[in-house]
Amino acid sequence: MAMWHVAHLVQRRRETATACTLVLAVDDWPGHVPGQHVDVRLTAPDGYQAERSYSISSAPDGNTVELTVQRVPDGEVSPYLIDVFSVGDPVEIRGPVGGWFVWRPTEPAPVLLVAGGSGIAPLMAMVRARRATGSGVPFRLIYSVRTDRDVYFADELRHRAADDQGLEISYVYTRQAPDGWPGQPHRIGPEDIRERGWPPEREPQCFVCGPTGLVEAVADSLVAVGHDAQRVKTERFGPTGG
Amino acid sequence: MGIVSPGFQGRPRSSQPALPPGQYLTEDFPVLSAGPTPRVSLDTWEFAVTSEGGVEHRWSWAEMLALPQETPTVDIHCVTRWSKLGTNWRGVSLDVLLGGVETAAKFALVHSYGGYSTNLPLADLLGGQAWIVHEFEGGGLPAEHGGPARLLVPHLYFWKSAKWVRGIELLSTDEPGFWETAGYHDYGDPWREQRYQGD
Repeated sequence: MAMWHVAHLVQRRRETATACTLVLAVDDWPGHVPGQHVDVRLTAPDGYQAERSYSISSAPDGNTVELTVQRVPDGEVSPYLIDVFSVGDPVEIRGPVGGWFVWRPTEPAPVLLVAGGSGIAPLMAMVRARRATGSGVPFRLIYSVRTDRDVYFADELRHRAADDQGLEISYVYTRQAPDGWPGQPHRIGPEDIRERGWPPEREPQCFVCGPTGLVEAVADSLVAVGHDAQRVKTERFGPTGG
Repeated sequence: MGIVSPGFQGRPRSSQPALPPGQYLTEDFPVLSAGPTPRVSLDTWEFAVTSEGGVEHRWSWAEMLALPQETPTVDIHCVTRWSKLGTNWRGVSLDVLLGGVETAAKFALVHSYGGYSTNLPLADLLGGQAWIVHEFEGGGLPAEHGGPARLLVPHLYFWKSAKWVRGIELLSTDEPGFWETAGYHDYGDPWREQRYQGD
């Protein structure tokens, strides 16, 4: 049963111009599996409450949980978490929740991660857990972003691409590509999936997370390229998509 | 009341009696699903009700469209907290589809193309509370929203309104479906905030 816990903000890290990571300490945190999410509950002085779901972006690590929050224009909860919520403040979280969009380090199949924008958050938990557990499972991450300023966890991904053996990271830019990137900016399509993903014969587990348009296109591409739909797990991010 | 979040005011509130606790209004129609969108051809589409004794009742697409149609206008509530009010649908009442089925079953397990399933008490499908719908806001139901046809049970959280529906299995004992096995509530009443197991 998912329980409510009191968490305290211990650190805030800026990820992009519109997103940050909140590092929370949770005294009685039961632990989580990479890919799970939590519900965050805010309470106003008059008792009014607002709740939203956020994926956990950190690997399981004791009593610490990291949530990566993107600002929703005109949002009710994300602007508070990004601008007002301060180190030392309490917040209630419920979870961990979700038993489907998860990667367990004991599973031997190769993994394909496809992220769009802030959809990287639960996939980052998987990348980090792979390293933390010393897993040798081969991972490929395809990350679609507008420009290189929109890459979350940019420094860490650079280090991991160099240091984490068996982790391959490639980017697709939709608006503006950095110098030296081969090709023109484009939306991710079947060619990207074929060239940068795994062949279906390897029977990879595929996790796709991002806005609905990207998730629909990538999931369709994976099936078209020959991947078994049962091995393609999706999660959608957006202002209202949870 | 929970722990007050320092500096949090929230939005200006207006009373919104149609909104269950913990929900907020949305104007668009978010898509949530666990995997790729199944594409189901109308030529091969069929819907089946299977009684606990194993007796099957089947309808083709043409047969479904030939049944009496209703046009419910309902509010829908997603467990991820968005609600959408006054949505318009067209389809066949489960009272019609289950009317000729002999059963003493108490539970239903709904099955979808693509492997999804969800459970609910049989009584919640009857009495003008549930439909198999194939139109949304005057047009065909898009595949990402469950087309060609989905279940519509608006008084429960929307994951119970199975997309890409292909059949209903009547059962004497309750059997959790896809999200219920993954930790979500067996019943899912939005007014009682039955989101997760144990709520």
